[in-house]
Amino acid sequence: MFLRMLFRAAVLRRGRAAAALLAVIVAAAVATAMLNLFVDVQAKLQREFRNYGANVILVGKDGASLPPDALQRAELILAGRGIAAPFAMVVARTSSGQPIVVFGVDFDRIRQLDRWWSVSQWPSRSQQALIGVRAVRAVAPKNQPFDLSFHGHTVKVTPAGTVQTGAAEDSRIYLSLADFAAWAGVQPSTIEVAANGSRQEVEAVLTQLSQALPEADVRPVRQIMEGEARVLGKTRLTLLAAVSLIILTAALCVLSTLMGWVFDRRRDFAIMKALGASGRLLNAFFAAEAAAVGATGAVVGFILGVGIATWIGRVNFHAPVSPRFSVLPVVFLGSVVVTLLSAILPISVLRRVQPAVILRGE
Amino acid sequence: MFARLVYESFRRQKRRKLLAGAAITLGVTVATAMIAVATDIGDKINRELRSLGANLVITPQEDSLDLEIGGVNLKPPTDGAFLNEADLPKIKGTFWHNNITAFAPVLPVNVSIERSGQTHDASLIGTYFAKRVIFGRDEFTTGVRTTNKWWKVTSGDWPDDNSRDILVGERLAAELGASAGDSLNISGRALRVAGILSTGGAEDNQIVAPLGLAQEILGRPGAIRRVYVSALTKPEDAFARRDPKSLSGAMYDRWYCSPYPQSIAFQLQEAIPNSHAEQIRQVAQNEGAVLTRIEGLILLITLAALFCSALAVSAAMATSVFERRAEVGLMKALGAGKWAVASFFLAEGALLALIAGSVGFAAGGLLAHRIGRSIFDSTISVSPVLLPVVLIVAIVVTFAGSATAIRRAVGLDPVFALRGEL
Repeated sequence: MFLRMLFRAAVLRRGRAAAALLAVIVAAAVATAMLNLFVDVQAKLQREFRNYGANVILVGKDGASLPPDALQRAELILAGRGIAAPFAMVVARTSSGQPIVVFGVDFDRIRQLDRWWSVSQWPSRSQQALIGVRAVRAVAPKNQPFDLSFHGHTVKVTPAGTVQTGAAEDSRIYLSLADFAAWAGVQPSTIEVAANGSRQEVEAVLTQLSQALPEADVRPVRQIMEGEARVLGKTRLTLLAAVSLIILTAALCVLSTLMGWVFDRRRDFAIMKALGASGRLLNAFFAAEAAAVGATGAVVGFILGVGIATWIGRVNFHAPVSPRFSVLPVVFLGSVVVTLLSAILPISVLRRVQPAVILRGE
Repeated sequence: MFARLVYESFRRQKRRKLLAGAAITLGVTVATAMIAVATDIGDKINRELRSLGANLVITPQEDSLDLEIGGVNLKPPTDGAFLNEADLPKIKGTFWHNNITAFAPVLPVNVSIERSGQTHDASLIGTYFAKRVIFGRDEFTTGVRTTNKWWKVTSGDWPDDNSRDILVGERLAAELGASAGDSLNISGRALRVAGILSTGGAEDNQIVAPLGLAQEILGRPGAIRRVYVSALTKPEDAFARRDPKSLSGAMYDRWYCSPYPQSIAFQLQEAIPNSHAEQIRQVAQNEGAVLTRIEGLILLITLAALFCSALAVSAAMATSVFERRAEVGLMKALGAGKWAVASFFLAEGALLALIAGSVGFAAGGLLAHRIGRSIFDSTISVSPVLLPVVLIVAIVVTFAGSATAIRRAVGLDPVFALRGEL
């Protein structure tokens, strides 16, 4: 009987019930999308911030070279959660005797780590060099091959392209690690690491790295880490404010629609009461109805909301926002509570009124 | 008669009007606050991004190559060209001077430190900490404390720009066994250590001193090596990358008057004689991307907020009109036409939207102000131009919300409505 009443009530008064359900669905969808974004946006922005390059630097203690397996050990700890790039460096002399800083690097890693480098052409063969835009005027103004000497060893390199960054890189020459080691015989003394993840995750990587590589000084790049934390923190707070406002508005929208719906059915309520339904039964009936609307709305809204969040992720971050199922219980509970509230408030008003007064339409 | 009807309706149905009005107020509050936040967020985040350091650098036009390796400067200090400190205030005379939040000149000098009988070699950097600079009638404070927000003085205090006090990098300090308040013998001068500096960068192994002191040690008064400039810029696009020399008159003006990193660099180069200004790509390139993402996100969220407030307002209006079917029935039974009834409800809605909308606008302004204060430590203001727009939108949404309900109420037979059989 109870179930049948619930079911028939929904079927016979489709219009109003559908409007109430729609309100719950829209509110749940918006709430899901917003919460999903809020949870995911941190990770998305962190990824943007990794374009700023390394956030951890490993330097051989007292300027010494790092052990040959340092890069492997660092990579083992990173386990794909970031990029590590080794740097070897010396001050060499050009054929005219001018001192110049020469780096040995892994070009493939640099391309991933330092995305802001503006490079005209990356070296592809051995003995090719990438030359800073200021250095190129000094060593190869006509793009001709030139000599570099270090401790009596001379190497002839061909310019492949130029690099422009607006910083110290512009005055340097970059060779591949293999060429560099064969010529200067110097091993990498620095490894720059761009570790992905939240501040806690980066700090964990930092501790692991310093334990695994006791022969190196492991330092965070504070300039990047603190700037990132600041911008992310502020964005998160703004989002939190916006998301709470939106969810509040959506909840109130549901509340006003449902309250109207329940209030509208005061005649049903009066008839049931006149026929001898107990107060508890009436409460249970309206509460069950509201809860059913809330639950259905929450599930449908969740699916819709995940769709909206994915779309926003695609439009704004060019990567989908992955559905967070941890949001579902929150949205579910929230909609059921709001719908229950919007059923109980009018009922508690109606209960004080005599059924006869309602039935006479007064 | 019409006016009296509306007036009496407001006087007698206070509870209902309050409920519907509250919904409109809330909707307009949220919409106003979100619009204000969305219009201002770009500027606010741009300022926060400045905590990642300077995005432009000015160097002498004809300079020798930098010789820096692992934070140690190997270039002979007198080698190469210098800029003139006296030209610095001109930075504030450029077209985009309001976008330049701070700048810091740098003059590296090699010094030797004598400490307990041993001699250490180190780099000393002369710079501004928080220097008062005067250009024309403007006075402003600039230096590394603004450009390099991640620099921290762990013990002691920042030195005064006109003093002869220095900051010692934390690693160097540990090596020397120096602490704040000590006196160090640097290149024949006894200098007081004002504090210990921690930056996480090369400066941890260096000494940072007021610019005047560095110039004195080098023996080149007024000389600076380069200037780091922190400027609020607009994300770079294809137009920004055009060469200004290749642009025609109007295009050139548009390029020159857009705060792109390139055009600000171009103007800095014009302002400082014999200089070359350039963007620091690590900072300048990436902030554009981050800024665009955050702005886009807030924009989409604002749309969601506007949608929700519109929905809340129209839902409240629909409910409030629907509840008054009996009134509609009575009016119709007394001979009112469809249009008379509709215009009565619409006039009521418009009045309600105007009153509640104004209250909501004020509340939204206050909310935006609070958000700005608590999150960004600066105000987010709502432009008064927004008020008529918000009110018109509120009225339109109110009408839209009531329209369906009014149509249904008008379409009913008054008999049913009056007997409450619906």
